[in-house]
Amino acid sequence: MINKLVVENLKHRPLRTLLSIFAISIQVTMVLTLVGLSAGMLDEQARRARGVGADIIIRSPSSSVINTSLNMSAGIVSLVKSYPHIVAVTGVLAQGTDLLNYTTGVDLEQFDKLNGGFRFLSGGPFQGPNDVLVDSYYATQHKYHVGDTINGIVNRSWRLAGIYEPGMLARLVVPLKTLQDITANTGKVTIVYAKLDDPARTNEVIEELKQKLTGYQIRSMQEYTELFSVNSVPMLKEFIYVVIALGVLVGFLVVFLSMYTAVLERTREIGVLKALGASPAYVLNILLRETTILAIAGSILGILFSYLTRYTINDVIHGSLIQAIVYIWWLIAAAIAIVGALLGAIYPGLKAARQDAIEALAYD
Amino acid sequence: MTDAPIISIRDLRKTYRAGEVEVHALRGVNLDVAAGEFVSIVGPSGSGKSTLFNIVGGLTPPTAGSIHLAGHDLLGLTDAQRTELRKTTVGFVFQKYNLLPTLTARDNIEIARHIAHRNGPMDPKFEEILKLLGLAGRLQHKPRALSGGEQQRVAIARAIVNHPAILLADEPTGNLDTENSTAVLGLLRDLNQRLGQTILMITHNPEAAAYGHRTVRMRDGRIE
Repeated sequence: MINKLVVENLKHRPLRTLLSIFAISIQVTMVLTLVGLSAGMLDEQARRARGVGADIIIRSPSSSVINTSLNMSAGIVSLVKSYPHIVAVTGVLAQGTDLLNYTTGVDLEQFDKLNGGFRFLSGGPFQGPNDVLVDSYYATQHKYHVGDTINGIVNRSWRLAGIYEPGMLARLVVPLKTLQDITANTGKVTIVYAKLDDPARTNEVIEELKQKLTGYQIRSMQEYTELFSVNSVPMLKEFIYVVIALGVLVGFLVVFLSMYTAVLERTREIGVLKALGASPAYVLNILLRETTILAIAGSILGILFSYLTRYTINDVIHGSLIQAIVYIWWLIAAAIAIVGALLGAIYPGLKAARQDAIEALAYD
Repeated sequence: MTDAPIISIRDLRKTYRAGEVEVHALRGVNLDVAAGEFVSIVGPSGSGKSTLFNIVGGLTPPTAGSIHLAGHDLLGLTDAQRTELRKTTVGFVFQKYNLLPTLTARDNIEIARHIAHRNGPMDPKFEEILKLLGLAGRLQHKPRALSGGEQQRVAIARAIVNHPAILLADEPTGNLDTENSTAVLGLLRDLNQRLGQTILMITHNPEAAAYGHRTVRMRDGRIE
C-alpha cells in the first residue's frame, strides 16, 4: 500500500519527477563518463604497449606511467641486447604533441624485429627523415591521407608516409633520429622494449638486468600494463573524487528542492496521514522511498546516457579520447546518486515527519 | 446505546500561546458520552469546539483536567501513544473531506487499514457498509472524479474501517449542499443505529445537530 502511495505521488507531479530523475541522471553520467574516459584512455595505452610485442620494458628511474619526460641514454639499447635470451631490442623517444597525444620516435628497422612492424592500411614506412606515420584512428580524426603535409607536430612540417592499424605503440610515429635531433635529445630514448627468445624466462632476465641497471624501472609487459590504472596516474583519483563530490552535491540539491516543494505541497495530506495514526517514521518512510525511486531511475537513465556520451566521444567526435563502459561503476555511481538524494531528502523528510497534524490539517 | 461512558471528561482545560498571548481555549469542560451515543456539539466560532475535537481525537494533549477515552487516560499520553490511539480508537471525518488526492477511493480507505497494520482483504461486512454508503461503484475513482457528497462518504468509510471506538466528525456537512448534507447526516445516523457507532459531531447547523441523540452547547471554552 505504501508503495502504491509512493508511486502515485510521483505520478501526480510528472514534470517534477522527470526533472528530478533527469538531474540525477546527469550527475551519474558525469561520474560514469569521467571514469569511463580514465579507464578507456588507460586501457588504450596498455593495449598499444602490448601491441609492441615486447616481453620487457625498461624506463628511466623515477618515471611514472604517464610521465615520458624522463629520458635515458640510448646506449642502454646495445647493453640490453648483449644479454642472453634477448633477441630484439628497440628504444623509442616519446615527446608530448598535445594534451592527449605523444609523438614517438622509432627506429623502424629495430622495431620491426619485435613484432613484424606496423600493419599499413595505406602508404608504407618512412621514405625520408621528415616522414610521419599515424594510426587510422588519428588519420580519420584529422581527415589525413597518405601524402598530406602535416604541420605543427613538434613545431615542424611532416609528410604523411603511411597509415597503420591502431593498437600498436602510439598514434603518431616519426623517425627516432629526427625526433632526437629536433628535441635536443640526441642519443636519448624514453622507453626500451626487449623481446626474449622464450617469454617464460622473463623474470629471470629482469633480475639479471636489474643487477646491472640499478634504479631503472624494469618490468615485464604484464606488470607494466597492469600499471595503467587510475591509481597510477597522479591526481586522477583525486579528480574523480572531486567529480563524485560534485555528483553528491547535485543529487543533494535536486532532491532537497524537489522534496521540499513536495512536502510543502502535501502539508495537508501529511496532516491527514497523521490524523489516521501514521507515525513520523511512516511519513519519513514515504519520502525516503520516493527519493530512492528517483535516485534509482536517475541512475538507470544516467547509465543509458553514458552510452550516449561514449558513442559521441568515440564515434562522432573522433577526438583522441576513448571512453569505456566500466560496469562496476554502475553500482558505485548509483550508490553515489542514492546517497546524495537521501541526504537531500533528510531535511524535507524530517520537516514532514515533525509536522503538527492540527496545523497541517488547517493548511490551505 | 449503553450507559457506560466511552468518553469521560472532567474539568478539561487547554491553554496555548498565540504569539505573546495565552489563549484559554477550554476552561473546565465536563462531558460524558455513552458508548453508542450520537452527540452533537454546537457553539459559535472560538467557543472551543475544535480544541475539544482535537483533544478527544488525540491530536493535541490537554493542559489540565482528566479525559478518558475507551479506557485510555489521554492526559498522560506521549506523542507516540496518541499516534497509536488515532490508529485504532478514533476515526476522523473533516469538513474538507481530506482524502489523499493521488489515491483512489478504495486506496484512501485501504491506507487507513495499512497504517493500523490491518493488511489482508477487507472483511465482507465492511464491503456491505460500502454498499450502505453508496460507494460500491465509485471505489476505483480518485477524489477529483467524485462529488463532494461522494468524497465525504469515502471519508466516513475511511474513518470507520478500523472499527474505532468513536467517530469524530468536524462540520461534516460544512462543504455540502442541502441534499448531500442530508444524505451524509442520514448515513451517520444509520451507522450509529445499525452498528452502534459512537459519534461526536461538531456543527454550526442546528438542523444537523438534531440528527444526534443530544446536543451539547459550548461557549467561551465551557459547556453551557
